[in-house]
Amino acid sequence: MTPRPDFPSRRSILRQPSWAARWEASLFLLLRVATYGVLLAAAVVFLDIGWKGGRVVFRAEAPFINVPFLTEAPESLHVLKLPDGATLKMGDREYRAFNEAHPEQVKAARSETYVYSAGGIFPNIVGTVLLVLGAMVIALVLGVCSAIYLSEYAKEGPLVRLVRLSIANLAGVPSIVFGLFGFGLFVVALGWNVSLLAGWFTLAFMVLPIIITASEEALRAVPKGLREGALALGATKFQTIRTNVLPYALPGILTSSVLAIARVAGETAPIMFTAAYVVRDQMPWQVEKWTDFFFQGVMALPYHIYVVASKIPQNDYTRDVQYGTAFVFLFTVAAIALSAILLRARLRKQYRW
Amino acid sequence: MSTAQPLPAAPAVSPKAAPAPATPPIVEIEKLDFFYGDKQALFDVTLGIPEKQVTAFIGPSGCGKTTLLRCLNRMNDLVDVARIGGGEIRIDGINIYDPRVDVIELRKRVGMVFQKSNPFPKSIYENIAYGLRLHGIKHKDKLDEIVEKSLRGAALWDEVKDRLHDSGMGLSGGQQQRLCIARAIAVEPDVILMDEPCSALDPIATAKVEELIHELKTRYTIVIVTHNMQQAARVSDQTAFFYLGKLIEFAGTQKIFMNPSNPQTESYVSGHFG
Repeated sequence: MTPRPDFPSRRSILRQPSWAARWEASLFLLLRVATYGVLLAAAVVFLDIGWKGGRVVFRAEAPFINVPFLTEAPESLHVLKLPDGATLKMGDREYRAFNEAHPEQVKAARSETYVYSAGGIFPNIVGTVLLVLGAMVIALVLGVCSAIYLSEYAKEGPLVRLVRLSIANLAGVPSIVFGLFGFGLFVVALGWNVSLLAGWFTLAFMVLPIIITASEEALRAVPKGLREGALALGATKFQTIRTNVLPYALPGILTSSVLAIARVAGETAPIMFTAAYVVRDQMPWQVEKWTDFFFQGVMALPYHIYVVASKIPQNDYTRDVQYGTAFVFLFTVAAIALSAILLRARLRKQYRW
Repeated sequence: MSTAQPLPAAPAVSPKAAPAPATPPIVEIEKLDFFYGDKQALFDVTLGIPEKQVTAFIGPSGCGKTTLLRCLNRMNDLVDVARIGGGEIRIDGINIYDPRVDVIELRKRVGMVFQKSNPFPKSIYENIAYGLRLHGIKHKDKLDEIVEKSLRGAALWDEVKDRLHDSGMGLSGGQQQRLCIARAIAVEPDVILMDEPCSALDPIATAKVEELIHELKTRYTIVIVTHNMQQAARVSDQTAFFYLGKLIEFAGTQKIFMNPSNPQTESYVSGHFG
């Protein structure tokens, strides 16, 4: 290579060992390790819950699924150690029947009781699904309406800036504060008591910032030409938005709802004062008047995990319930989110631009 | 844009009225001043657009020709800071900036085709039916009939008749633009505004659209904004030359291109600037 006096630092293009090269290589390694750390954490969480919870939910023999766990209400578990050395495990109802049939055996046995360790978590699944559906309906209606107003109608000014500031601040409020807010406003001041309705509104307000921000982005992403095209044909502003803007923004709005669903289903703090019962005998549809439906508390999966994991004495039996509930919980959230994703995929196919 | 010679300053007053057009004007613009915020975009524009003819607006970028076009169907209402400073625009003798004017009805009478073709992400059929439904036409047979008529009118029918229910986004650029023209003529406007309709098209697609414009002028009044002077010379009957927000010259196209009265017009059409 010809020497170039004007570029004294020029040297062979062959690689030469240097501290700079070693420094770059180790930096690259650090970045890579940090990234794989996420993978490791996810793997540990999901494998742990999947393994321990899967053993509770799935069975080796037909029907391969622990049906009572998914279809029954939680019960206390009674463990009877009979004098002959045999151990009997039974749920509450079974135990009472057994007690009537063989009182002498029960009397002779050493019996232990573990709350919530028998039966299943069906009411909790139902409660969580109800909470998610109701909260999402409220959050989407309020959120999409305000997103439409902010992106299509509002003129930038101090008031709109204040609204945006409030949305940003609302997103940063800890969920327990939403719980207290819901308790103070809906449960106490409005007198709704601990109820589905109070839980719905509390959860809805918690995810409003996510929905509003993402919906506004989705609306803004719709090309200006589509609005102008409709307006130039003589559509009113609202007709334009309804027929030629909102449908194309829906996939984006649904993306935000997937995130919101995960939060609504998962948060324990907002519902512990507003909607969740530790235990309840009736199922949500067992109400006298239809209006009572909205004013009943429900059992919910995250709150159930909290209760069985921290409010009762721990042992192997309660641990099974904890992991089984966590497993079902993850599965339920994934199922709800998946349906939103499928709906989005269908809409995307329908309107491609 | 290269400047071959120093630009002469725009004259302080706009030229006197344009030569008498072949047909009476349907759109009359009188002493129009237009502002974006504090910035004046149009100065004292007076212009009569004759019925069932093609009128071209030409001029360098930023001369206000698109602004004026978008005033004619009040599309500028969408811009927050846009406002009329003075003067008026009359269509059929009614000042369209009168507070009593229903903008929705105005836009049904004055259709528009945009620079960037903007078919809706719906089927070809639905693209045209959209405007018809806004006009309250719901009957299937009637819709079918007008969709076909409009597509034929836009010289697109033969190319799309077998795939009316495919997405309009799947068409080529030139077909998309003709779809937008079909969509505009489906609602039977009196005036069609075209904002550089061929700027994104190749020469063959451009030729088709120009041919179409030629056919459409038997039924509609067409106002076309164009950067392409050859295009203005080919399609228009009247040409208005704008520079720095002022109407410099408005006359028959032949006169503008062959024998302009204003030296600025002459240097622009002969390619010395712009």
